[in-house]
Amino acid sequence: MFVALVKSVLTDKAAVDENKKRLVLGCGALVYDLLRLVKQNPSISDKVNIQCLPASWHNSPQLIAPGVEDYLSKNAHLYKEVYIAYADCGTGGALDKVLKKYEAKRIDGAHCYEFFAGTETFEKLSEEEIGTFYLTDYLVKNFNRIMIKGLGLDKHPELFDVYFEHYKKLVYLAQTENEEWKRDAEKYAKDFGFDYEYRLVGTGSLDSIFEEIDIEPLS
Amino acid sequence: MSDEDDFDLNDLDDKELVEQIQDDLYDGLDAEVTEGTEILLARGWDANDVLGEALVGGMKIVGIDFRDGILFVPEVLKCAGAMKGGMKILRPILAESAEDTSLGKFVIGTVKGDIHDIGKNLVGMMCEGAGFEVIDLGINNPVENYLEAVDTHEPVILGMSALLTTTMPYMGVVVEEMEKRGMRKDVHIMCGGAPLNQEFADSIGVPAYGRDAARSAEMAEEHVRGLGKKRAHR
Repeated sequence: MFVALVKSVLTDKAAVDENKKRLVLGCGALVYDLLRLVKQNPSISDKVNIQCLPASWHNSPQLIAPGVEDYLSKNAHLYKEVYIAYADCGTGGALDKVLKKYEAKRIDGAHCYEFFAGTETFEKLSEEEIGTFYLTDYLVKNFNRIMIKGLGLDKHPELFDVYFEHYKKLVYLAQTENEEWKRDAEKYAKDFGFDYEYRLVGTGSLDSIFEEIDIEPLS
Repeated sequence: MSDEDDFDLNDLDDKELVEQIQDDLYDGLDAEVTEGTEILLARGWDANDVLGEALVGGMKIVGIDFRDGILFVPEVLKCAGAMKGGMKILRPILAESAEDTSLGKFVIGTVKGDIHDIGKNLVGMMCEGAGFEVIDLGINNPVENYLEAVDTHEPVILGMSALLTTTMPYMGVVVEEMEKRGMRKDVHIMCGGAPLNQEFADSIGVPAYGRDAARSAEMAEEHVRGLGKKRAHR
């Protein structure tokens, strides 16, 4: 099951199990969490197809709403229910407009940092230090690809100050306990010259999608 | 866009050199842009023309390619860095110029709760290139900072920027406060930032939404030119 679902992160029709009438379409940066949540609850795995869109859109949020719309326009008809594993994610309401069209639900919050940590905790962290840079498990694991290469810092390290001039602290909002990622995140903070804080917050309200799927039978 | 082979910029005629500066700017080659700027000035070009044709002209191409997804933020930032090289040479000359070609003051700042300034800085640079005197309030600005800046500098335009969905509504707070104080008639307000769109801008009563830096500078210039026409018709 786990392997099959990993394959399904590719957004191709071949990966769609037509017996599963619920779709969870999410950000690629949530793929490990989505797969883990499904694996932890076998009763869900029979009901849901998980498909993910590129995690690199984290750096280009203007691509998210058109990307989700494109996917749904081609695939939503295959499902009875569509759940979206995105927050607003910097789309400024554009994603919500798309979701309204497809009667799809997304996770509350401005971004994954908020729904992982919880709104109250996230607001407190932001108030304590506005110049806080957040990482999640996925971003720690893929730090070089998403952050360093994604921001062009591998080719143009001189852009570091342009991007990070106002940041002072790195907070790793961890979904799972992983000593290697913990060490890596601390090293990234040190490399960037930021203070560091580690918080094991879990998957927060990402779980709400599966709770709903688990509870509600399809008519 | 640039040629692989080295060549002397001095060998190019004016038209070719302007195109080459635009190419070098596109490729983020600050030393080459600086050199090209110096050559045009040495040939007797007016600093305003160098700025408008070579640098701003080049950044407009960058703006279009960014909008069309050909260039991404890192490349645009390199281009901006190259433009800064040229601006560094032109700025003191323009400041000393007897001819007042300024379009007026443009106050710009990122709103409270938001520390993102890449877009704001690009807009500021493009507006400076277009002929505005840019007053940059920096990041995380509460409403008081905007009000004070408008009082102090009497700008023709006030620009607000936000990158976060959570901070963009604060623009509405600033607009509301300015309306309460009767300050809106004195200054044209513009807004911009990645999560914004025209609908949001309209909803806070700021229809002048700049979708990118190049377009923002164009809109600012159009506004001021429009004011000039209105005055001429009075």
